[in-house]
Amino acid sequence: MAEQEKKRRPATTTREETTTEEAETPAPSPQGEKLKAELDDLLDEIDEVLEENAEEFVRNYVQKGGE
Amino acid sequence: MVVAKVCGIETEYGIHHVGGDGNPVASSSLLVNAYVSDLARAGWDFEDESPGNDARGFAREGSMPPEIETHLVNAVLTNGARYYVDHAHPEFSSPECADPLEAVLYDKAGEEVLRRSMIAVRRTLPEGQSIVVYKNNSDSKGNSYGTHENYLMDRAVPFARIAHLITPHFVTRQIFAGAGKVGSETAGNAGRDITFQISQRAEFFEEEMGLETTLKRPIVNTRDEPHADPQRYRRLHVIVGDANLCEVATFLKVGTTALVLALIEDDAFDGRELTLANPVKAIRQVALDLSLDAPIDLADGRTTTALALQWELFGLARKYAEDRGLECLGDEAVGQQVLLRWEEVLHGLETDPSVVADKVDWAAKLGLLEAYRDRHGLDWDDHRLAAVDLQYHDLRPERSLFARLDTERLVKEQDVLDAVTEPPRRTRAYFRGQCLKRWASSVASANWDSMVFDLGTDPLRRVPMMDPLRGTAEFVEELLDGSSSPAELLARLSA
Repeated sequence: MAEQEKKRRPATTTREETTTEEAETPAPSPQGEKLKAELDDLLDEIDEVLEENAEEFVRNYVQKGGE
Repeated sequence: MVVAKVCGIETEYGIHHVGGDGNPVASSSLLVNAYVSDLARAGWDFEDESPGNDARGFAREGSMPPEIETHLVNAVLTNGARYYVDHAHPEFSSPECADPLEAVLYDKAGEEVLRRSMIAVRRTLPEGQSIVVYKNNSDSKGNSYGTHENYLMDRAVPFARIAHLITPHFVTRQIFAGAGKVGSETAGNAGRDITFQISQRAEFFEEEMGLETTLKRPIVNTRDEPHADPQRYRRLHVIVGDANLCEVATFLKVGTTALVLALIEDDAFDGRELTLANPVKAIRQVALDLSLDAPIDLADGRTTTALALQWELFGLARKYAEDRGLECLGDEAVGQQVLLRWEEVLHGLETDPSVVADKVDWAAKLGLLEAYRDRHGLDWDDHRLAAVDLQYHDLRPERSLFARLDTERLVKEQDVLDAVTEPPRRTRAYFRGQCLKRWASSVASANWDSMVFDLGTDPLRRVPMMDPLRGTAEFVEELLDGSSSPAELLARLSA
């Protein structure tokens, strides 16, 4: 919890205080490889089910405003 | 003082009639009728509708109350929900739910009702036609339709105070409740190079406060239609959210909002109230800021960020929970779960949004779009990415891209299927749903706060249900079980 607290930014900062932090890049791991394989399978599936004529599909989806 | 946060979600679904004549009102009617025509149900009673009443006690000049369309199909289901045609969309309004987890359950039950409707309507359509529904909020061409939330509130709390204190939450909660979309579609964003936004709805908001829902959309909607005892209660009608498919996102959208409303009712801000300099500008800006770190101007000249503001609200909510408990969210354990999830998701977003891609729709969708874009080397304006965006929301299992993602579930599938026909047990929806289950043919009509029985003798008998926390299983299950007919039920009710 203490670590988590540290990472938190204060709710307010003056404009001068605003800084950017470098994001850490995680090293590749066996779990990462597995996720990559799963993602490939998912993308294969999307290629199969995505509406064939994407342009027409998107163009034809016109709604009336609601609420 | 805080009142139990009875809540519900209304969803207008996008509709596309493949092979149809382009009349969305007719298509929506076909869809809803196909589902309700074989069911035990009652028609809607419009007696107490007053969507033109303004919570500020006046109607602003130029304000247009929404039109009530009494001629279109409009049914009450045995689970206590309302299923109908609203403008040019099928709409499922969940029954009153006792806690945010139950709101997730009935939101998912609503999706199932729409899926069954798509199957049912096929039988009535000519060969080659079908009706498809999308759980999203825009057509990417500048037309938006709503997903609204409702929360029971204490009438004694001044509306201006609610509006002031809830606005920062409404502006920033999109970082976990946004459904995400490719590009932009309003004049305000014209000419800017926008690839992806966190929220579907944010760019459609033009006012801080107002009665409208279809034009000049306000961040805080002032519709004052409590559907309950107006002396004691108010119903906060929230129009500023996106429709979510991720269960954690729906849970957090409703749970965190209920919690911040409890803070407002119990005056638990501890002097740490933040006022945004320009909420309308900020809500659009947050939608465009995928880093979640862009400065948001505060009225006092300082700045904050969407994440920092959410951490601030989370901190206040946790303190509130320690001091007073979270029974007000309908269930202490569910309230604690809201806090845990809130913290977990804020940490995830802070680390990298991809960490919460199994919980937050915009992160899930963005991950999908980026991967698909990489694989095929697509530019952001490629139609295939727009198609991925749209098809994320397709409710057909065989087409839905969301359904192909391994997102975290909070409710059991069997419970969702049960909730298609069974009402919640801890709100007045129980009485409404049970009466319909048992004696649909004797229910002339129903609405949120009353039921009208036709016992075959004049006059019709109206049963008022002005308290959302009465009519629960605890109060009326024995009474219902002990009544062999609606006539007996009414006799015992008035005894």
